[in-house]
Amino acid sequence: MSFNDADWWALFAHFLAMSMLAIGGAVAVAPEIHRYIVEQRGWIDDSQFSAAIALAQASPGPNLLFVPVIGYAVAGFGGAAVSLLGMLIPSTTLALAATRWGRKRRESRGVRAFVAGLAPITVGLLLSTGVVLSLPLAQVPQVWLLIGAAVALSLKTRLNPVWLIACGAAAGALGWV
Amino acid sequence: MSLPAPRSPGELLRVFNALALQGFGGVLPIAQRELVERRQWLTHEEFIEVLSVGQVLPGPNVVNLALMIGDRFFGWRGAFAALAGLLALPLAIVMTLAVLYARWAAEPMVAGALRGMGAVAAGLILAMALKLLPTLARNPLGRWPCTVALGLTLVGVGVMRWPMAYAVLGIGGLAVVAAWWKLGRTS
Repeated sequence: MSFNDADWWALFAHFLAMSMLAIGGAVAVAPEIHRYIVEQRGWIDDSQFSAAIALAQASPGPNLLFVPVIGYAVAGFGGAAVSLLGMLIPSTTLALAATRWGRKRRESRGVRAFVAGLAPITVGLLLSTGVVLSLPLAQVPQVWLLIGAAVALSLKTRLNPVWLIACGAAAGALGWV
Repeated sequence: MSLPAPRSPGELLRVFNALALQGFGGVLPIAQRELVERRQWLTHEEFIEVLSVGQVLPGPNVVNLALMIGDRFFGWRGAFAALAGLLALPLAIVMTLAVLYARWAAEPMVAGALRGMGAVAAGLILAMALKLLPTLARNPLGRWPCTVALGLTLVGVGVMRWPMAYAVLGIGGLAVVAAWWKLGRTS
């Protein structure tokens, strides 16, 4: 697949927009990134998308790092750079500009209404991310078992998530899922 | 009143780098332990304040947190030192994994391992959402409006695959207006 100038701009513009929508974290916009990159553009497939999220979760650091991995799958190192910069520039600029402003107005009605109103949307988006990642994998019933076990262990224990990811990798490598 | 403070942007960079490398599946809890409890650069109250402002803004929370803490001590130089510390080495690690994955993706064992990891990653994200559910009980919007907003977002974005801007601007906009109205009535 050849990636022309218009595609580069489209990729960059997409992540600029995602940066401004990412209230509640980068993972909350994963469904929209999937809708655009996988479903609309067809630049990568479901397994590459899911692998990007899994690799970022298996690595140390902020989980926003799934973004350059997706960019790399789309268009190599250039794609990784364009995606990460797009994801960072708008939100960091705004954060630097707004930090002193917001510190003083934290208790104001406007800021409190903004936080309260967006909280249920954030939780809904995170659940959507889980759904979007689960459905393409769910051709075999064992996958539901693995997803369910990950949810239960994460809720009930304080196990470091990296061990859960390692168990998932082992189960997958042995061909159980 | 002399709380300990970082001595230079370089120290901010080193500390945020160390934080990021310990953070599997989320850097925030480690940031709190290191910055507040061990180094005492911030009090608990200041940490929560920075975090709550960071959550109002778009962008990854921990990135906003690093920028704001860096800015507090050394202005924009501190902000970029903290950001670079947070991202540089983890980025190198994850890109190395991405290159290795792209090279070996066709191997059945590698593809299987990534499928298993993907299922666990989906489970971890679902669990994160479930852990946040109880915080909605204290939301000034009230139980039913919260449930409706959450349900519409899940069905619209997760199942119907609407463009997310509609959900955030439409459903989120209505919810913010409703919260504004409720906050005005109670105070």
